[in-house]
Amino acid sequence: MGKNFLAENLPETTVCSPAEVRPFYDDFHGDLMEISMGPHHPSTHGVFRMDVTLDGEIVVKLKPVFGYLHRNHEKIAEGNSYFAAIPYTDRLDYLCSLTNNWAYVHAVEKLAGITVPERAEYLRIILGELGRLINHVCLVGFLLNDLGTSFTPLLYSLRERERMLDLVEELTGSRMMCNFFRFGGLRTDISADWLARLKGYLEGLFARYLDEQDALLTGNEILLARTQGVGVLSPELAVRAGITGPMLRASGVNYDIRKVDRYSIYERFNFGIPIGAHGDTYDRYMMRMLEMRESVKIILQAIRTVPAGEHINPNAKNRGLRPKAGESYARIEGPKGELGFYLISDGSAKPYRFRIRPPSLINLTVLEEICIGQTLADTVVILGGVDIVLGEVDR
Amino acid sequence: MLGTGIIKGLYITAKNFVGTYFNPDERLTTLQYPEEAACIPENYRNFPFLIYDGSDPVEGLRCVACKMCENECPPRCISIVAERDEKGKILKRPRVFELDISVCMGCGICAEVCPFDSIKMDHHFEIATAERFDSLRLNLPQLAKSNEYFRKTHPIDALAVDTKRAEKANKAASKTQSPA
Ligand code: SF4
Ligand code: SF4
Repeated sequence: MGKNFLAENLPETTVCSPAEVRPFYDDFHGDLMEISMGPHHPSTHGVFRMDVTLDGEIVVKLKPVFGYLHRNHEKIAEGNSYFAAIPYTDRLDYLCSLTNNWAYVHAVEKLAGITVPERAEYLRIILGELGRLINHVCLVGFLLNDLGTSFTPLLYSLRERERMLDLVEELTGSRMMCNFFRFGGLRTDISADWLARLKGYLEGLFARYLDEQDALLTGNEILLARTQGVGVLSPELAVRAGITGPMLRASGVNYDIRKVDRYSIYERFNFGIPIGAHGDTYDRYMMRMLEMRESVKIILQAIRTVPAGEHINPNAKNRGLRPKAGESYARIEGPKGELGFYLISDGSAKPYRFRIRPPSLINLTVLEEICIGQTLADTVVILGGVDIVLGEVDR
Repeated sequence: MLGTGIIKGLYITAKNFVGTYFNPDERLTTLQYPEEAACIPENYRNFPFLIYDGSDPVEGLRCVACKMCENECPPRCISIVAERDEKGKILKRPRVFELDISVCMGCGICAEVCPFDSIKMDHHFEIATAERFDSLRLNLPQLAKSNEYFRKTHPIDALAVDTKRAEKANKAASKTQSPA
């Protein structure tokens, strides 16, 4: 039998020509190259992998691969009490744990019918917007670093973040894992002195940072050349794919949950929602820069008008909370988009179902569409503009 | 005009570079750790420790082994066994109090739920060891620290706790006096 497979015994027709065995693309007889970027590539913002297929330097296919940071968050929360899930939410999007806390306690408050005192709502808005500032400062710094403006803007951004984190640490005890929101309010009250220092900082050094950043880079020719028209996301696709947050607004869709849902007491504040026009990476960058100015406005208004009162509803139960059977979905406008928590209670002390709608993950789903046709170097910039945190994507 | 962005950028970085020499508010300086230590805010939390009053870590321990912290700890890293006397009656103090700091996430929930102000969050962070199993499982003698230590690290918090406890003791004293 064996001798039939020797080369000289094979019939003429089974010999393959080189063109048949090797893949080729269109009429162009160049080879495609598949590159695995990550999971430890410095510009993938965490343990995230992109399987990129390249034709020359142009991306023809891109497959995002995630799950390297999966920590079983939802299941852990289902095995614990409602109260014990709060510190775990810090670890979702670890750049802005304050807003994660908020979204979760908001869902539980809806489920158990807990009311929040007036002062606590004001303080929550101050902290939530501070979380947005911290997130956007990081994003702007890292995006510019991805662009190759090596380090200066990143260090300026991290310097400001450090100043804000010092304030956060002084208040909550931890720089990033704040664990500060409680059902019905906040863990501790915030002193007038702290608020005054936050106000002084935002009006002083932070305002200067924003102006400086604008002067340094917003109009810079290199930044314009590298980001304008890169990674264009059409408003139709954005809506169909469920994109939210600054990325959706950069595509020109006017949708901000702070205005749509009017949760908490946002309707009392005077602030604008920046809207982009082109849906490219430059607009995404601008959304963040403009949103920071709006957030500063909200915080300053809130500090000016915060009433005296309780920082937590004294009747709200945190430990041993047993909401009656039912379900709730609550969402807030997180710095990255719609952050929602879906809870089902069966009347016991543990949630029957605990589900998170992570904005980073859903914003990532269009990555292939907006990367196709761009160069490999641009995918890094596009990914930076999408703003993901892998703790939230993988949970 | 092409090139203005570069000039503007250079102007701003130069301004930052020079400005930080003259204005200390603008600059973040590197501390020469471990020679210099950063000033830690009072609220800072690392890992929990147990407080004892007076000078005896066993007699003065505030913990009554109610196991509230053990039950509420999200990753369940505390384990407590209550002391029993010869007849098997449960005494109000722990025989074993173990804290696995390789599991603890420093959330501070144990300190928040303890009704006796016995467990508090520590400032001590230089805890590196050469071995990663037993030396990270802290036992009672390692965890017990005096109230003086707590007063030093948390002046505001300790004052509030001390006043609360003094009031409670006064009330208890007046109650035992009134029927007599
Ligand atoms: S530390 Fe506090 S909560 Fe924990 S067992 Fe002791 S008394 Fe109870
Ligand atoms: S700090 Fe949190 S994780 Fe650590 S022992 Fe206390 S409750 Fe448990």
